[in-house]
Amino acid sequence: MIHALLIEPFAMAFMRRALAGCVALSLAGPPLGVLLVLRRMSLTSDVLQHGILPGIALGALFGGLSLWAMGFGGFLAGLAVALLAGWLARATGGREDSQLAGVYLIALAGGVAIVSATRGIDLGHLLFGSVLAVDNTALLLMAGVASIALPGLAVIWRPLILESFDPGFMQAVGGRGGAWHLAFMALVVLCVVGGFAALGTLMSIGLMMLPAVAARHWAAELAGQVRAAVALALLSSVCGLLLSYHANIPAGPAIVLTAGGLWTASLLTGPRDSLAARLRRHQHYRG
Amino acid sequence: MTPPAITLTDLTCLHAGRPAVHHLSGRFAPGSLTAVVGPNGAGKSTLLRAIAGLHTATEGRIDRGGLARQDIALLPQAGALDRAFPIACADVVASGALARIGPFRAVPPATRAAVEAALAAVGLSGFARRLVGTLSAGQFQRVMFARLMLQDAPVLLLDEPTAAVDARTAADLLAIIQGWHGEGRTVVAVLHDLDLVARAFPETLLLARDPVAWGPTAVAFTPETRLRARLVAEAWAEQPEICTQAAA
Repeated sequence: MIHALLIEPFAMAFMRRALAGCVALSLAGPPLGVLLVLRRMSLTSDVLQHGILPGIALGALFGGLSLWAMGFGGFLAGLAVALLAGWLARATGGREDSQLAGVYLIALAGGVAIVSATRGIDLGHLLFGSVLAVDNTALLLMAGVASIALPGLAVIWRPLILESFDPGFMQAVGGRGGAWHLAFMALVVLCVVGGFAALGTLMSIGLMMLPAVAARHWAAELAGQVRAAVALALLSSVCGLLLSYHANIPAGPAIVLTAGGLWTASLLTGPRDSLAARLRRHQHYRG
Repeated sequence: MTPPAITLTDLTCLHAGRPAVHHLSGRFAPGSLTAVVGPNGAGKSTLLRAIAGLHTATEGRIDRGGLARQDIALLPQAGALDRAFPIACADVVASGALARIGPFRAVPPATRAAVEAALAAVGLSGFARRLVGTLSAGQFQRVMFARLMLQDAPVLLLDEPTAAVDARTAADLLAIIQGWHGEGRTVVAVLHDLDLVARAFPETLLLARDPVAWGPTAVAFTPETRLRARLVAEAWAEQPEICTQAAA
């Protein structure tokens, strides 16, 4: 019974490939997501996942239906949007949310227009992805993204953390805060492109952001939050794929819904800052 | 440790299009301990940021006597930082040594020991792994002082170091400042506590956009200069005239 429920689905090659791709995304994305949340840039990640669509469409237009061409186009478009978002943030003194909403609407509309004008691309496939159709190329793309993003983040970890906490200090000691921010954004764009291959551009940050948002209910310090986010993302991947297999719903939404369910559960019952933690009677020391 | 003098020549810095520091000339002598006093909006923070190289001078010059960036340490105003960020006290203090360690190298044991010592010196032994978000305002300011110790800079610029802390903490922090002065470092501190200035700071710069007085505290800081400073700072014209004072 348990075997049929949990193990048997992964006897299929397409399920194993999907799982391997999602594990790669779960290892690379959530640590970046935790830092996006702490840097108050959650909205930027949303803009990025729409921002890559025109690049993917142009990649498909000029490079045929090769995933590498689409991924490369998406990466360049994502970088451009990241630079634009950063510039808007500075130009508006941190009140960039309305401008970012404008950027992502234009990017989404532009991407859809280009895709529709191009023969042979399935718009739904780009928007919603198809985890279960992950072929060796897509798997290579996701694994490659994870292999760059995770060590890359480890390299820029210290200056990035210090820049997030006290940007003025980094500037004062000549720490080139802007360069670390750019490197960080490049890694985020990389992960968004990797996510697109499986989850589509509408949900590519699902495995990156939802576990990261949920992580603050599990740990106070940064390392703990990163560990919690990765664990939640891995759990979402496995449970989401099983849900998709048994309930016969598309795998992308199933994974993101599972991650959303885990976030809701964390919000309600997690050990920190959750509803349950707030209702629990607080013990305190005497005097 | 005797740093070179820091010399301002006809310095003007703009803030939102209006002069925050206006035609200021003078010299912070090597090893001097100067209080910068003046009403809110008088350009005190802008002056410190300009000396630290974080604010570009519109006119005039700052001669830092060949000091490198990391030789000038700046304590920003409390509240300028994101204290909700989950970072431990020891890591904040260790970041003071960033210019020496660099962004990638492991923190050497000597620096770890120095972090412990600095935390002990500010009265926060045992706080190493505490997150800064759990600290009180006074404790947080102590951590910032420990970071300054790790920076080990010959010139220290302190923006309201004793604002929003209790009397005990203020006294402890003042003792640290006087210790730095005793070691021959140049210290410039923005302060609002006038009794403290009169008591503990040999030099005073009274600023109200325009420099009002600069010299030994007893000379620069009289009831007459204080009144002048208040009048200048409060005069906020809707349509100010263009300044025609020639750059020296």
